[in-house]
Amino acid sequence: MTVSTSPIETGDAAVVFDGVSKRFAASGQSAAFTALNDVSLTVGRGSITGVIGRSGAGKSTLIRLVNGLEKPTAGKVLVDGVDVGALDEAALRELRRSVGMIFQHFNLLSSRTVFGNVALPLEIAGMDRRAIDERVRPLLDLVGLADKHGRYPAELSGGQKQRIGIARALATEPKLLLSDEATSALDPETTQSVLELLKRINAELGLTVLLITHEMEVVKAVTSDVAVIDKGEIVERGHTFDVFTHPKHETTRALLSGLPGSKLPEAVARDIRPAAAAGDRVVVRLTFFGAAAERPLISRLIQSIGAEVNIIAGTIDEIGSKPYGSLVVAYGADPETSGKADRFFAENGLTVEVLGYVA
Amino acid sequence: MSPDLLMLIGKATLDTLRMVAIAGFIGALIGLPIGIFLATSGRGELFPAPNVNRAVGLIVNATRSTPFIILVVAIIPFTRLVTGTSIGTKAAIVPLTIATIPFFARLVEAAIRDVDRGLIEAARAMGATPMQIVFKVLLAEARPALTLALTMTIVSLIGYSAMVGAVGGGGLGDLGIRYGYQRFMPDVMLIVVIVLIVLVQLVQSAGDRLARRFDKRSRKT
Ligand SMILES: Nc1ncnc2c1ncn2[C@@H]1O[C@H](COP(=O)(O)OP(=O)(O)OP(=O)(O)O)[C@@H](O)[C@H]1O
Ligand SMILES: [Mg+2]
Repeated sequence: MTVSTSPIETGDAAVVFDGVSKRFAASGQSAAFTALNDVSLTVGRGSITGVIGRSGAGKSTLIRLVNGLEKPTAGKVLVDGVDVGALDEAALRELRRSVGMIFQHFNLLSSRTVFGNVALPLEIAGMDRRAIDERVRPLLDLVGLADKHGRYPAELSGGQKQRIGIARALATEPKLLLSDEATSALDPETTQSVLELLKRINAELGLTVLLITHEMEVVKAVTSDVAVIDKGEIVERGHTFDVFTHPKHETTRALLSGLPGSKLPEAVARDIRPAAAAGDRVVVRLTFFGAAAERPLISRLIQSIGAEVNIIAGTIDEIGSKPYGSLVVAYGADPETSGKADRFFAENGLTVEVLGYVA
Repeated sequence: MSPDLLMLIGKATLDTLRMVAIAGFIGALIGLPIGIFLATSGRGELFPAPNVNRAVGLIVNATRSTPFIILVVAIIPFTRLVTGTSIGTKAAIVPLTIATIPFFARLVEAAIRDVDRGLIEAARAMGATPMQIVFKVLLAEARPALTLALTMTIVSLIGYSAMVGAVGGGGLGDLGIRYGYQRFMPDVMLIVVIVLIVLVQLVQSAGDRLARRFDKRSRKT
Protein backbone atom coordinates (compact mmCIF):
# COMPACT_ATOMS: atom_id res chain seq x y z
CA MET A 1 0.00 0.00 0.00
CA THR A 2 1.09 3.56 -0.63
CA VAL A 3 -0.39 5.40 2.32
CA SER A 4 2.13 6.06 5.05
CA THR A 5 1.35 3.87 8.03
CA SER A 6 4.12 4.96 10.35
CA PRO A 7 2.45 5.06 13.76
CA ILE A 8 1.52 8.36 15.31
CA GLU A 9 2.82 8.78 18.85
CA THR A 10 -0.19 8.38 21.14
CA GLY A 11 1.66 8.02 24.43
CA ASP A 12 -0.17 5.89 26.95
CA ALA A 13 -3.31 5.67 24.86
CA ALA A 14 -4.13 2.30 23.33
CA VAL A 15 -6.98 3.69 21.25
CA VAL A 16 -7.72 7.26 20.25
CA PHE A 17 -10.93 8.43 18.60
CA ASP A 18 -10.21 11.79 17.08
CA GLY A 19 -13.26 13.70 15.89
CA VAL A 20 -14.83 10.54 14.52
CA SER A 21 -18.13 10.59 12.67
CA LYS A 22 -19.92 7.72 11.03
CA ARG A 23 -22.69 8.32 8.60
CA PHE A 24 -24.54 5.41 7.04
CA ALA A 25 -25.56 6.24 3.49
CA ALA A 26 -29.19 5.97 2.49
CA SER A 27 -30.09 2.61 0.98
CA GLY A 28 -33.42 1.41 -0.35
CA GLN A 29 -36.15 2.47 2.04
CA SER A 30 -33.92 3.80 4.81
CA ALA A 31 -32.66 7.37 4.86
CA ALA A 32 -29.04 8.29 5.60
CA PHE A 33 -28.25 8.15 9.28
CA THR A 34 -25.51 9.70 11.39
CA ALA A 35 -24.67 7.05 13.96
CA LEU A 36 -21.66 8.87 15.43
CA ASN A 37 -21.06 12.58 15.48
CA ASP A 38 -17.61 14.05 16.17
CA VAL A 39 -16.61 11.57 18.84
CA SER A 40 -13.30 12.09 20.60
CA LEU A 41 -12.23 9.60 23.22
CA THR A 42 -9.04 8.09 24.57
CA VAL A 43 -8.68 4.56 25.87
CA GLY A 44 -5.74 4.39 28.27
CA ARG A 45 -3.28 1.55 27.83
CA GLY A 46 -3.99 -1.15 30.40
CA SER A 47 -7.30 0.40 31.40
CA ILE A 48 -10.76 -1.08 31.35
CA THR A 49 -12.71 1.67 29.67
CA GLY A 50 -16.46 1.51 29.42
CA VAL A 51 -18.79 3.15 26.92
CA ILE A 52 -22.37 3.19 28.06
CA GLY A 53 -25.48 4.32 26.27
CA ARG A 54 -29.00 3.37 25.42
CA SER A 55 -29.96 1.08 22.58
CA GLY A 56 -29.22 2.70 19.24
CA ALA A 57 -26.85 5.28 20.73
CA GLY A 58 -24.05 4.11 18.44
CA LYS A 59 -22.06 1.88 20.80
CA SER A 60 -21.61 -1.04 18.46
CA THR A 61 -20.74 1.29 15.61
CA LEU A 62 -18.10 2.90 17.82
CA ILE A 63 -16.44 -0.34 18.82
CA ARG A 64 -16.55 -1.75 15.27
CA LEU A 65 -14.47 1.21 14.11
CA VAL A 66 -11.60 0.03 16.29
CA ASN A 67 -10.97 -3.16 14.33
CA GLY A 68 -12.10 -1.71 11.03
CA LEU A 69 -15.38 -3.60 10.72
CA GLU A 70 -16.70 -0.13 9.94
CA LYS A 71 -14.81 2.81 8.48
CA PRO A 72 -15.28 6.32 9.83
CA THR A 73 -16.72 8.88 7.42
CA ALA A 74 -14.79 11.64 9.20
CA GLY A 75 -12.01 11.77 11.76
CA LYS A 76 -9.50 9.13 12.74
CA VAL A 77 -9.36 6.05 14.88
CA LEU A 78 -5.85 5.25 16.05
CA VAL A 79 -4.96 1.86 17.49
CA ASP A 80 -1.46 1.94 18.91
CA GLY A 81 -0.98 5.01 16.80
CA VAL A 82 -2.03 3.34 13.56
CA ASP A 83 -4.82 4.98 11.59
CA VAL A 84 -7.26 2.10 11.15
CA GLY A 85 -9.30 3.86 8.48
CA ALA A 86 -6.26 4.18 6.21
CA LEU A 87 -5.33 0.48 6.21
CA ASP A 88 -5.97 -1.74 3.19
CA GLU A 89 -7.65 -5.12 3.61
CA ALA A 90 -4.45 -7.08 4.16
CA ALA A 91 -3.11 -4.65 6.75
CA LEU A 92 -6.50 -4.59 8.39
CA ARG A 93 -6.51 -8.38 8.73
CA GLU A 94 -3.09 -8.15 10.32
CA LEU A 95 -4.40 -5.58 12.80
CA ARG A 96 -7.48 -7.65 13.60
CA ARG A 97 -5.26 -10.56 14.57
CA SER A 98 -3.88 -8.38 17.34
CA VAL A 99 -7.24 -7.18 18.61
CA GLY A 100 -9.57 -9.63 20.33
CA MET A 101 -13.34 -9.24 20.29
CA ILE A 102 -16.18 -10.78 22.24
CA PHE A 103 -19.87 -10.57 21.44
CA GLN A 104 -23.26 -10.46 23.09
CA HIS A 105 -24.37 -13.70 21.46
CA PHE A 106 -20.92 -15.30 21.76
CA ASN A 107 -20.76 -16.15 18.04
CA LEU A 108 -19.19 -19.55 18.58
CA LEU A 109 -19.17 -22.05 15.71
CA SER A 110 -21.72 -24.74 16.54
CA SER A 111 -19.84 -27.23 14.37
CA ARG A 112 -16.61 -26.92 16.33
CA THR A 113 -15.77 -28.18 19.77
CA VAL A 114 -14.65 -25.85 22.53
CA PHE A 115 -11.07 -26.59 21.55
CA GLY A 116 -11.82 -26.04 17.87
CA ASN A 117 -13.43 -22.69 18.56
CA VAL A 118 -10.50 -21.38 20.53
CA ALA A 119 -8.15 -22.74 17.86
CA LEU A 120 -9.98 -20.98 15.01
CA PRO A 121 -8.21 -17.59 15.16
CA LEU A 122 -4.88 -19.43 15.29
CA GLU A 123 -5.76 -21.54 12.24
CA ILE A 124 -6.74 -18.35 10.49
CA ALA A 125 -3.37 -16.87 11.38
CA GLY A 126 -1.74 -19.95 9.85
CA MET A 127 -0.30 -21.48 13.00
CA ASP A 128 0.60 -25.18 12.88
CA ARG A 129 -1.27 -27.87 14.79
CA ARG A 130 1.31 -28.43 17.49
CA ALA A 131 1.69 -24.75 18.30
CA ILE A 132 -2.10 -24.35 18.35
CA ASP A 133 -2.41 -27.19 20.81
CA GLU A 134 0.17 -25.63 23.08
CA ARG A 135 -1.56 -22.27 22.94
CA VAL A 136 -5.16 -23.42 23.43
CA ARG A 137 -4.74 -25.61 26.49
CA PRO A 138 -3.50 -22.94 28.90
CA LEU A 139 -6.24 -20.62 27.64
CA LEU A 140 -8.89 -23.18 28.53
CA ASP A 141 -7.27 -23.42 31.95
CA LEU A 142 -7.33 -19.65 32.29
CA VAL A 143 -11.08 -19.48 31.70
CA GLY A 144 -11.69 -22.55 33.85
CA LEU A 145 -13.03 -24.84 31.14
CA ALA A 146 -10.17 -27.26 30.48
CA ASP A 147 -12.48 -30.20 31.20
CA LYS A 148 -14.88 -29.12 28.45
CA HIS A 149 -12.41 -29.03 25.57
CA GLY A 150 -14.18 -31.74 23.54
CA ARG A 151 -17.70 -30.38 24.09
CA TYR A 152 -19.78 -28.50 21.57
CA PRO A 153 -21.15 -25.01 22.32
CA ALA A 154 -24.72 -26.36 22.46
CA GLU A 155 -23.67 -28.37 25.49
CA LEU A 156 -22.51 -25.32 27.46
CA SER A 157 -24.29 -22.68 29.55
CA GLY A 158 -24.31 -19.04 28.50
CA GLY A 159 -21.59 -18.12 30.95
CA GLN A 160 -19.42 -20.99 29.77
CA LYS A 161 -19.95 -19.97 26.16
CA GLN A 162 -18.79 -16.46 26.91
CA ARG A 163 -15.72 -17.84 28.66
CA ILE A 164 -14.94 -19.72 25.47
CA GLY A 165 -15.54 -16.50 23.57
CA ILE A 166 -13.01 -14.82 25.83
CA ALA A 167 -10.47 -17.63 25.45
CA ARG A 168 -10.89 -17.40 21.68
CA ALA A 169 -10.42 -13.64 21.75
CA LEU A 170 -7.20 -14.09 23.73
CA ALA A 171 -5.81 -16.83 21.51
CA THR A 172 -3.72 -14.57 19.31
CA GLU A 173 -2.34 -12.82 22.42
CA PRO A 174 -3.84 -9.43 21.61
CA LYS A 175 -3.03 -6.29 23.57
CA LEU A 176 -6.54 -4.96 23.17
CA LEU A 177 -9.86 -6.65 23.85
CA LEU A 178 -13.14 -5.29 22.51
CA SER A 179 -16.30 -6.34 24.27
CA ASP A 180 -19.65 -5.63 22.65
CA GLU A 181 -22.32 -6.20 25.29
CA ALA A 182 -20.55 -9.38 26.32
CA THR A 183 -22.69 -9.91 29.41
CA SER A 184 -26.04 -8.66 28.15
CA ALA A 185 -27.37 -12.15 27.46
CA LEU A 186 -26.31 -13.46 30.87
CA ASP A 187 -28.04 -13.53 34.24
CA PRO A 188 -26.68 -11.21 36.98
CA GLU A 189 -24.64 -13.87 38.75
CA THR A 190 -23.02 -15.16 35.57
CA THR A 191 -22.44 -11.57 34.51
CA GLN A 192 -20.45 -10.97 37.68
CA SER A 193 -18.30 -14.04 37.15
CA VAL A 194 -17.56 -13.12 33.53
CA LEU A 195 -16.72 -9.57 34.63
CA GLU A 196 -14.40 -10.97 37.30
CA LEU A 197 -12.65 -12.92 34.57
CA LEU A 198 -12.23 -9.78 32.45
CA LYS A 199 -10.82 -7.96 35.45
CA ARG A 200 -8.37 -10.76 36.12
CA ILE A 201 -7.23 -10.85 32.51
CA ASN A 202 -6.79 -7.10 32.55
CA ALA A 203 -4.66 -7.32 35.69
CA GLU A 204 -2.68 -10.46 34.84
CA LEU A 205 -2.07 -9.94 31.14
CA GLY A 206 -2.01 -6.15 31.17
CA LEU A 207 -4.64 -6.22 28.45
CA THR A 208 -6.50 -3.04 27.56
CA VAL A 209 -10.25 -3.60 27.53
CA LEU A 210 -12.76 -1.44 25.71
CA LEU A 211 -16.17 -2.50 26.81
CA ILE A 212 -19.54 -1.28 25.69
CA THR A 213 -22.74 -1.91 27.53
CA HIS A 214 -26.11 -0.45 28.39
CA GLU A 215 -25.86 -1.58 32.00
CA MET A 216 -24.44 0.69 34.70
CA GLU A 217 -23.85 -2.39 36.84
CA VAL A 218 -21.23 -3.55 34.37
CA VAL A 219 -19.52 -0.18 34.19
CA LYS A 220 -19.51 0.05 37.96
CA ALA A 221 -18.11 -3.42 38.46
CA VAL A 222 -15.07 -3.33 36.21
CA THR A 223 -14.24 -0.06 34.53
CA SER A 224 -11.78 2.58 35.65
CA ASP A 225 -12.95 5.09 33.04
CA VAL A 226 -16.26 5.59 31.35
CA ALA A 227 -17.81 7.57 28.53
CA VAL A 228 -21.54 8.09 28.18
CA ILE A 229 -22.82 8.11 24.64
CA ASP A 230 -26.18 9.45 23.57
CA LYS A 231 -27.51 9.78 20.03
CA GLY A 232 -24.05 9.35 18.58
CA GLU A 233 -22.32 11.86 20.81
CA ILE A 234 -20.17 11.49 23.90
CA VAL A 235 -22.05 13.52 26.51
CA GLU A 236 -19.94 12.80 29.55
CA ARG A 237 -16.69 11.05 30.34
CA GLY A 238 -14.19 10.68 33.11
CA HIS A 239 -13.07 8.36 35.86
CA THR A 240 -15.88 5.97 36.60
CA PHE A 241 -15.98 6.98 40.25
CA ASP A 242 -16.39 10.65 39.43
CA VAL A 243 -19.05 10.07 36.83
CA PHE A 244 -20.99 7.86 39.21
CA THR A 245 -20.77 10.13 42.18
CA HIS A 246 -21.22 13.41 40.33
CA PRO A 247 -23.16 12.68 37.16
CA LYS A 248 -23.59 15.82 35.09
CA HIS A 249 -25.59 14.86 32.04
CA GLU A 250 -29.23 13.94 32.19
CA THR A 251 -28.57 10.70 30.24
CA THR A 252 -26.00 9.63 32.82
CA ARG A 253 -28.49 10.28 35.63
CA ALA A 254 -31.15 8.33 33.81
CA LEU A 255 -28.79 5.39 33.33
CA LEU A 256 -27.73 5.58 36.99
CA SER A 257 -31.32 5.52 38.18
CA GLY A 258 -31.54 1.92 37.03
CA LEU A 259 -29.03 0.81 39.66
CA PRO A 260 -30.37 -1.06 42.65
CA GLY A 261 -30.43 1.17 45.73
CA SER A 262 -30.97 4.29 43.69
CA LYS A 263 -34.74 3.94 43.75
CA LEU A 264 -36.96 4.49 46.77
CA PRO A 265 -38.96 1.50 47.93
CA GLU A 266 -42.45 1.42 46.42
CA ALA A 267 -44.29 2.29 49.66
CA VAL A 268 -42.13 5.34 50.39
CA ALA A 269 -42.16 6.56 46.81
CA ARG A 270 -45.96 6.57 46.91
CA ASP A 271 -46.35 8.53 50.18
CA ILE A 272 -43.54 11.01 49.83
CA ARG A 273 -44.52 14.68 49.38
CA PRO A 274 -42.52 17.76 48.54
CA ALA A 275 -43.49 19.94 51.51
CA ALA A 276 -43.52 19.18 55.25
CA ALA A 277 -46.67 19.01 57.36
CA ALA A 278 -46.55 19.18 61.17
CA GLY A 279 -45.02 16.05 62.67
CA ASP A 280 -43.55 14.85 59.38
CA ARG A 281 -40.18 13.23 58.95
CA VAL A 282 -37.71 14.35 56.35
CA VAL A 283 -36.32 11.82 53.87
CA VAL A 284 -32.73 12.41 52.77
CA ARG A 285 -30.21 10.62 50.65
CA LEU A 286 -26.71 10.54 52.08
CA THR A 287 -23.82 9.84 49.78
CA PHE A 288 -20.42 9.06 51.20
CA PHE A 289 -17.13 8.05 49.66
CA GLY A 290 -13.81 6.61 50.62
CA ALA A 291 -13.09 6.33 54.32
CA ALA A 292 -16.52 7.65 55.30
CA ALA A 293 -18.06 4.57 53.76
CA GLU A 294 -16.31 2.41 56.28
CA ARG A 295 -17.35 4.26 59.45
CA PRO A 296 -20.37 3.35 61.60
CA LEU A 297 -22.35 6.39 60.48
CA ILE A 298 -25.84 5.45 61.49
CA SER A 299 -25.20 4.73 65.12
CA ARG A 300 -23.27 7.99 65.42
CA LEU A 301 -26.02 9.88 63.65
CA ILE A 302 -28.56 8.56 66.12
CA GLN A 303 -26.31 9.51 69.02
CA SER A 304 -25.75 13.03 67.84
CA ILE A 305 -29.35 13.91 67.02
CA GLY A 306 -30.76 12.01 70.00
CA ALA A 307 -33.81 10.88 68.02
CA GLU A 308 -34.79 7.87 66.03
CA VAL A 309 -33.62 7.41 62.47
CA ASN A 310 -35.32 5.12 59.96
CA ILE A 311 -33.22 3.48 57.30
CA ILE A 312 -35.26 3.33 54.13
CA ALA A 313 -32.78 2.10 51.55
CA GLY A 314 -29.09 1.77 51.20
CA THR A 315 -26.16 0.27 49.37
CA ILE A 316 -22.52 0.07 50.15
CA ASP A 317 -20.55 -0.68 47.05
CA GLU A 318 -17.36 -0.27 45.15
CA ILE A 319 -17.03 1.86 42.08
CA GLY A 320 -13.80 1.62 40.17
CA SER A 321 -12.41 -0.16 43.26
CA LYS A 322 -13.28 2.74 45.58
CA PRO A 323 -15.83 2.27 48.37
CA TYR A 324 -19.00 4.23 47.93
CA GLY A 325 -22.21 4.32 49.94
CA SER A 326 -25.67 5.63 49.41
CA LEU A 327 -28.19 5.67 52.20
CA VAL A 328 -31.75 6.94 52.36
CA VAL A 329 -32.86 7.75 55.90
CA ALA A 330 -35.77 9.56 57.58
CA TYR A 331 -35.79 11.51 60.83
CA GLY A 332 -37.87 14.23 62.49
CA ALA A 333 -38.42 17.28 60.29
CA ASP A 334 -38.66 19.58 63.32
CA PRO A 335 -36.02 22.35 63.36
CA GLU A 336 -34.15 20.98 66.33
CA THR A 337 -33.62 17.47 65.00
CA SER A 338 -32.86 18.62 61.46
CA GLY A 339 -30.45 21.22 62.75
CA LYS A 340 -28.47 18.61 64.65
CA ALA A 341 -28.51 16.31 61.67
CA ASP A 342 -27.25 18.98 59.31
CA ARG A 343 -24.37 19.73 61.64
CA PHE A 344 -23.50 16.06 61.84
CA PHE A 345 -23.49 15.74 58.02
CA ALA A 346 -21.31 18.80 57.63
CA GLU A 347 -18.81 17.58 60.21
CA ASN A 348 -18.52 14.23 58.47
CA GLY A 349 -18.34 15.53 54.92
CA LEU A 350 -21.44 13.76 53.67
CA THR A 351 -23.38 14.85 50.62
CA VAL A 352 -27.04 15.28 51.49
CA GLU A 353 -30.01 15.51 49.19
CA VAL A 354 -33.51 16.09 50.57
CA LEU A 355 -35.93 13.84 48.72
CA GLY A 356 -39.18 14.90 50.46
CA TYR A 357 -41.32 14.30 53.52
CA VAL A 358 -43.40 11.47 54.89
CA ALA A 359 -45.86 11.27 57.71
CA MET B 1 -40.67 -64.16 -13.51
CA SER B 2 -38.06 -65.24 -15.98
CA PRO B 3 -34.35 -64.93 -15.23
CA ASP B 4 -34.06 -62.76 -18.35
CA LEU B 5 -36.45 -60.26 -16.90
CA LEU B 6 -34.59 -60.23 -13.59
CA MET B 7 -31.38 -59.56 -15.53
CA LEU B 8 -33.09 -56.68 -17.27
CA ILE B 9 -34.28 -55.20 -13.99
CA GLY B 10 -30.82 -55.57 -12.48
CA LYS B 11 -29.20 -53.86 -15.43
CA ALA B 12 -31.78 -51.07 -15.44
CA THR B 13 -31.19 -50.47 -11.74
CA LEU B 14 -27.46 -50.24 -12.31
CA ASP B 15 -28.04 -47.87 -15.23
CA THR B 16 -30.18 -45.65 -13.04
CA LEU B 17 -27.60 -45.67 -10.27
CA ARG B 18 -24.88 -44.81 -12.74
CA MET B 19 -26.85 -41.89 -14.20
CA VAL B 20 -27.76 -40.58 -10.76
CA ALA B 21 -24.25 -40.99 -9.42
CA ILE B 22 -22.49 -39.29 -12.33
CA ALA B 23 -25.03 -36.51 -12.83
CA GLY B 24 -25.25 -36.01 -9.06
CA PHE B 25 -21.49 -35.87 -8.65
CA ILE B 26 -20.77 -33.49 -11.52
CA GLY B 27 -23.89 -31.42 -10.87
CA ALA B 28 -23.07 -30.99 -7.19
CA LEU B 29 -19.45 -30.22 -7.97
CA ILE B 30 -20.49 -27.37 -10.26
CA GLY B 31 -23.58 -26.37 -8.28
CA LEU B 32 -21.71 -25.98 -5.00
CA PRO B 33 -19.48 -23.07 -6.01
CA ILE B 34 -22.37 -21.44 -7.86
CA GLY B 35 -24.50 -21.72 -4.73
CA ILE B 36 -21.71 -20.31 -2.58
CA PHE B 37 -21.30 -17.47 -5.05
CA LEU B 38 -25.02 -16.69 -5.03
CA ALA B 39 -25.01 -16.57 -1.23
CA THR B 40 -21.94 -14.37 -0.85
CA SER B 41 -21.88 -11.94 -3.77
CA GLY B 42 -24.68 -9.55 -2.88
CA ARG B 43 -24.03 -5.92 -2.04
CA GLY B 44 -21.84 -5.59 1.05
CA GLU B 45 -21.22 -9.32 1.30
CA LEU B 46 -17.98 -11.31 1.19
CA PHE B 47 -17.40 -11.14 -2.56
CA PRO B 48 -19.56 -8.19 -3.58
CA ALA B 49 -20.54 -8.46 -7.27
CA PRO B 50 -24.23 -7.62 -7.29
CA ASN B 51 -24.53 -7.48 -11.08
CA VAL B 52 -22.92 -10.84 -11.73
CA ASN B 53 -24.98 -12.18 -8.85
CA ARG B 54 -28.17 -11.03 -10.54
CA ALA B 55 -27.10 -12.45 -13.91
CA VAL B 56 -26.22 -15.85 -12.46
CA GLY B 57 -29.46 -15.84 -10.50
CA LEU B 58 -31.37 -15.21 -13.70
CA ILE B 59 -29.74 -18.11 -15.55
CA VAL B 60 -30.33 -20.38 -12.59
CA ASN B 61 -33.99 -19.44 -12.47
CA ALA B 62 -34.40 -19.89 -16.20
CA THR B 63 -32.94 -23.38 -16.09
CA ARG B 64 -35.02 -24.31 -13.08
CA SER B 65 -38.28 -23.13 -14.57
CA THR B 66 -37.80 -25.05 -17.82
CA PRO B 67 -39.75 -28.32 -17.57
CA PHE B 68 -37.23 -31.13 -17.46
CA ILE B 69 -38.60 -32.97 -20.45
CA ILE B 70 -38.31 -29.81 -22.55
CA LEU B 71 -34.79 -29.28 -21.30
CA VAL B 72 -33.88 -32.79 -22.44
CA VAL B 73 -35.09 -32.10 -25.96
CA ALA B 74 -33.81 -28.54 -26.13
CA ILE B 75 -30.23 -29.45 -25.39
CA ILE B 76 -30.01 -32.46 -27.72
CA PRO B 77 -27.41 -30.71 -29.96
CA PHE B 78 -25.27 -30.02 -26.91
CA THR B 79 -25.75 -33.57 -25.65
CA ARG B 80 -24.62 -34.91 -29.01
CA LEU B 81 -21.61 -32.65 -28.93
CA VAL B 82 -20.57 -33.95 -25.53
CA THR B 83 -21.40 -37.65 -25.82
CA GLY B 84 -21.68 -38.22 -29.57
CA THR B 85 -25.20 -39.57 -29.21
CA SER B 86 -28.63 -38.39 -28.16
CA ILE B 87 -30.06 -41.63 -26.82
CA GLY B 88 -29.06 -44.06 -24.11
CA THR B 89 -27.77 -43.80 -20.60
CA LYS B 90 -24.67 -41.83 -21.48
CA ALA B 91 -26.70 -39.20 -23.32
CA ALA B 92 -29.20 -38.94 -20.47
CA ILE B 93 -26.46 -37.94 -18.05
CA VAL B 94 -26.03 -34.59 -19.81
CA PRO B 95 -29.52 -33.12 -19.24
CA LEU B 96 -29.60 -34.69 -15.79
CA THR B 97 -26.40 -32.87 -14.88
CA ILE B 98 -27.63 -29.60 -16.38
CA ALA B 99 -30.83 -29.82 -14.34
CA THR B 100 -28.96 -30.72 -11.17
CA ILE B 101 -26.64 -27.71 -11.19
CA PRO B 102 -29.21 -24.93 -10.62
CA PHE B 103 -31.34 -27.11 -8.35
CA PHE B 104 -28.43 -27.86 -6.04
CA ALA B 105 -27.03 -24.33 -6.32
CA ARG B 106 -30.24 -22.81 -4.93
CA LEU B 107 -30.31 -25.28 -2.06
CA VAL B 108 -26.66 -24.51 -1.29
CA GLU B 109 -27.42 -20.81 -1.39
CA ALA B 110 -30.23 -21.22 1.14
CA ALA B 111 -28.07 -23.41 3.39
CA ILE B 112 -25.27 -20.86 3.42
CA ARG B 113 -27.54 -17.87 3.93
CA ASP B 114 -28.86 -19.67 6.96
CA VAL B 115 -25.51 -19.48 8.73
CA ASP B 116 -25.63 -16.94 11.55
CA ARG B 117 -24.31 -13.54 10.36
CA GLY B 118 -22.64 -13.15 13.75
CA LEU B 119 -20.20 -15.94 12.87
CA ILE B 120 -19.07 -14.12 9.74
CA GLU B 121 -18.62 -11.01 11.84
CA ALA B 122 -16.59 -12.94 14.41
CA ALA B 123 -14.38 -14.47 11.72
CA ARG B 124 -13.81 -11.07 10.12
CA ALA B 125 -12.85 -9.71 13.54
CA MET B 126 -10.26 -12.51 13.78
CA GLY B 127 -8.68 -11.34 10.56
CA ALA B 128 -10.02 -14.13 8.33
CA THR B 129 -9.85 -13.73 4.55
CA PRO B 130 -13.12 -14.15 2.63
CA MET B 131 -11.91 -17.57 1.46
CA GLN B 132 -11.14 -18.64 5.01
CA ILE B 133 -14.62 -17.53 5.99
CA VAL B 134 -16.12 -19.69 3.25
CA PHE B 135 -14.17 -22.79 4.14
CA LYS B 136 -13.76 -22.53 7.89
CA VAL B 137 -17.08 -20.94 8.77
CA LEU B 138 -19.78 -21.10 6.10
CA LEU B 139 -19.20 -24.60 4.73
CA ALA B 140 -18.43 -26.03 8.16
CA GLU B 141 -21.51 -24.54 9.77
CA ALA B 142 -23.78 -25.38 6.83
CA ARG B 143 -22.65 -29.01 6.65
CA PRO B 144 -25.87 -30.54 8.03
CA ALA B 145 -27.99 -28.39 5.71
CA LEU B 146 -25.71 -29.15 2.76
CA THR B 147 -26.03 -32.86 3.45
CA LEU B 148 -29.81 -32.56 3.35
CA ALA B 149 -29.54 -30.47 0.18
CA LEU B 150 -27.51 -33.19 -1.50
CA THR B 151 -29.97 -35.82 -0.33
CA MET B 152 -32.87 -33.87 -1.76
CA THR B 153 -30.98 -33.40 -5.01
CA ILE B 154 -30.28 -37.12 -5.38
CA VAL B 155 -33.89 -37.99 -4.63
CA SER B 156 -35.13 -35.64 -7.35
CA LEU B 157 -32.44 -36.98 -9.66
CA ILE B 158 -33.83 -40.48 -9.23
CA GLY B 159 -37.19 -39.12 -10.32
CA TYR B 160 -35.72 -37.25 -13.28
CA SER B 161 -33.68 -40.26 -14.31
CA ALA B 162 -36.90 -42.24 -14.59
CA MET B 163 -38.25 -39.49 -16.81
CA VAL B 164 -35.38 -39.64 -19.28
CA GLY B 165 -36.50 -43.21 -19.85
CA ALA B 166 -39.36 -41.75 -21.85
CA VAL B 167 -36.89 -40.41 -24.39
CA GLY B 168 -34.78 -43.51 -24.61
CA GLY B 169 -32.46 -42.74 -21.74
CA GLY B 170 -32.19 -46.25 -20.32
CA GLY B 171 -32.52 -47.21 -16.70
CA LEU B 172 -35.57 -48.10 -14.63
CA GLY B 173 -37.87 -45.52 -16.21
CA ASP B 174 -37.06 -46.82 -19.65
CA LEU B 175 -37.73 -50.40 -18.56
CA GLY B 176 -41.02 -49.44 -16.98
CA ILE B 177 -42.20 -47.77 -20.14
CA ARG B 178 -41.02 -50.34 -22.64
CA TYR B 179 -42.09 -53.46 -20.78
CA GLY B 180 -44.60 -52.31 -18.23
CA TYR B 181 -46.48 -49.92 -20.48
CA GLN B 182 -45.90 -50.76 -24.14
CA ARG B 183 -45.80 -54.55 -23.70
CA PHE B 184 -48.38 -54.38 -20.95
CA MET B 185 -46.51 -56.26 -18.24
CA PRO B 186 -47.91 -54.77 -15.02
CA ASP B 187 -45.66 -56.94 -12.84
CA VAL B 188 -42.57 -55.30 -14.41
CA MET B 189 -44.09 -51.89 -13.83
CA LEU B 190 -44.73 -52.78 -10.21
CA ILE B 191 -41.17 -53.99 -9.66
CA VAL B 192 -39.77 -50.84 -11.27
CA VAL B 193 -41.87 -48.68 -8.97
CA ILE B 194 -40.88 -50.68 -5.90
CA VAL B 195 -37.18 -50.49 -6.76
CA LEU B 196 -37.49 -46.73 -7.20
CA ILE B 197 -39.26 -46.36 -3.87
CA VAL B 198 -36.61 -48.43 -2.11
CA LEU B 199 -33.82 -46.38 -3.70
CA VAL B 200 -35.41 -43.11 -2.60
CA GLN B 201 -35.98 -44.44 0.91
CA LEU B 202 -32.41 -45.61 1.24
CA VAL B 203 -30.96 -42.31 0.02
CA GLN B 204 -33.28 -40.26 2.21
CA SER B 205 -32.65 -42.15 5.40
CA ALA B 206 -28.89 -42.28 4.84
CA GLY B 207 -28.90 -38.52 4.19
CA ASP B 208 -30.99 -37.81 7.26
CA ARG B 209 -28.76 -39.91 9.44
CA LEU B 210 -25.62 -38.24 8.15
CA ALA B 211 -27.07 -34.76 8.55
CA ARG B 212 -28.03 -35.52 12.12
CA ARG B 213 -24.53 -36.77 12.84
CA PHE B 214 -23.07 -33.51 11.51
CA ASP B 215 -25.50 -31.34 13.41
CA LYS B 216 -24.03 -30.23 16.74
CA ARG B 217 -26.52 -27.47 17.35
CA SER B 218 -28.64 -29.28 19.89
CA ARG B 219 -27.75 -31.27 22.96
CA LYS B 220 -27.57 -34.99 22.36
CA THR B 221 -29.12 -37.19 25.03
N1 LIG C 1 -25.10 -0.77 8.59
C1 LIG C 1 -25.96 0.18 9.00
N2 LIG C 1 -26.70 0.88 8.10
C2 LIG C 1 -27.54 1.85 8.51
N3 LIG C 1 -27.74 2.20 9.80
C3 LIG C 1 -27.04 1.54 10.74
C4 LIG C 1 -26.11 0.50 10.40
N4 LIG C 1 -25.57 0.03 11.54
C5 LIG C 1 -26.13 0.74 12.54
N5 LIG C 1 -27.00 1.65 12.07
C6 LIG C 1 -27.78 2.60 12.87
O1 LIG C 1 -26.90 3.32 13.70
C7 LIG C 1 -27.48 3.50 14.99
C8 LIG C 1 -26.53 3.01 16.04
O2 LIG C 1 -26.42 1.59 15.93
P1 LIG C 1 -25.54 0.76 16.92
O3 LIG C 1 -25.67 -0.67 16.53
O4 LIG C 1 -24.18 1.33 16.99
O5 LIG C 1 -26.30 1.01 18.30
P2 LIG C 1 -25.98 0.42 19.74
O6 LIG C 1 -25.72 1.58 20.62
O7 LIG C 1 -24.95 -0.63 19.66
O8 LIG C 1 -27.38 -0.20 20.14
P3 LIG C 1 -27.72 -1.56 20.90
O9 LIG C 1 -27.53 -1.29 22.35
O10 LIG C 1 -29.15 -1.78 20.57
O11 LIG C 1 -26.81 -2.62 20.38
C9 LIG C 1 -28.81 2.79 14.97
O12 LIG C 1 -29.83 3.74 14.81
C10 LIG C 1 -28.74 1.88 13.78
O13 LIG C 1 -30.00 1.73 13.20
MG1 LIG D 1 -24.99 -2.77 19.84
